Amino acid sequence: MTAKPFATETCREANPAGQRHKENSPPCAAVFFAVLCALFVSVVNPVFAKEAAPLAADPLTEKRLMAISAELRCLVCQNQTIADSNADLANDFRREIRTMINQGRSDQEILDFMVARYGDFVRYRPPMKGTTILLWLGPGLLLVLGLTVLVRYLRRRNDAISDSKLSPEEQRQIDALLTPSQDSQGNKPQ
Amino acid sequence: MNKFLWPLVGFAALVVLLAVGLNLNPRDVPSPLVGKPAATFSLPVLGADRKFGPEDMQGKVWLLNVWASWCVSCRAEHPILVEFSKKIDVPVIGLNYKEVRGDGEIDMSKTDGETEAKLARERAAKWLKQHGNPYQLSVLDLDGRVGIDYGVYGVPETYIIDKAGIIRMKHTGPVTPDILSTKILPLVAELNK
Repeated sequence: MTAKPFATETCREANPAGQRHKENSPPCAAVFFAVLCALFVSVVNPVFAKEAAPLAADPLTEKRLMAISAELRCLVCQNQTIADSNADLANDFRREIRTMINQGRSDQEILDFMVARYGDFVRYRPPMKGTTILLWLGPGLLLVLGLTVLVRYLRRRNDAISDSKLSPEEQRQIDALLTPSQDSQGNKPQ
Repeated sequence: MNKFLWPLVGFAALVVLLAVGLNLNPRDVPSPLVGKPAATFSLPVLGADRKFGPEDMQGKVWLLNVWASWCVSCRAEHPILVEFSKKIDVPVIGLNYKEVRGDGEIDMSKTDGETEAKLARERAAKWLKQHGNPYQLSVLDLDGRVGIDYGVYGVPETYIIDKAGIIRMKHTGPVTPDILSTKILPLVAELNK
């Protein structure tokens, strides 16, 4: 209970208006709170700052690591890249990739290393070959198929429209309807 | 007739496509290692002061089973492996995968290498005592490095390795009696001919 006298004293110094209130006044409480907050921040902040500083040992390595791991799929969370995933396996992969970068291996060698162990599935952009040809060309084929069907349908509909000719009777009806002077009820158009 | 039939055919095709797609297991990623030589390693043996490598099994058909005491599915498959090891004369080697650091409960920043190794041995031995030991021996892969060489991504995993040291099959996830009788046993029998 040492905080209370300390706080009341601070209040009095910082906010003389507070003295007018006999009991614990709202401004006094607010200042007390503000001081407490300030104290808390000033004491605790450096600790936070220390924790939130994951400085990379070598920025260039980290940059390459990010680029490579963005190409690789995490097999635990299959819709995340190694760069995005926080799964244990992704951590291990990043550690392996970092080690290989430090050993001076090329990006291609590192990708090959992963593919040799986990298959083409580990890559977000798998190579084009027999088993992946449908994956690469499928969307294009579907687009061409869709367009062909659409064009054929539109052509056929167009032909159907232009083929139908008006009979003289129909033509007369249209002319009557389109004549601006009077409509069928004999009312003047607006 | 044709006009109404085509959308129906299209719809049926779509249903079949989606039904097949939904019944595939996305976890079942085909391993490129099947048909390739099993990666070599030299890891400490659990409960002994020596090392083991796949070369030690040359000339034998054997199973490599990846396990850990923190792995829930391993507990599910364990009785099946214990039963298997009692009935069938095929050596099963355990690859204990990241026994300590795989367990999310343990703060690794406070654990050094020596403590980790000691803790791993204790935990693994205790688990095997509790649940039975189907393994001829188990090796400790503390950091999961050997696991990566074998393409491990979901414990438990089981590999069948032939007499020449070639991986013949990989199964991801717990071994079920069904998989044992329809896939593993026939393949082992064939390889042992």
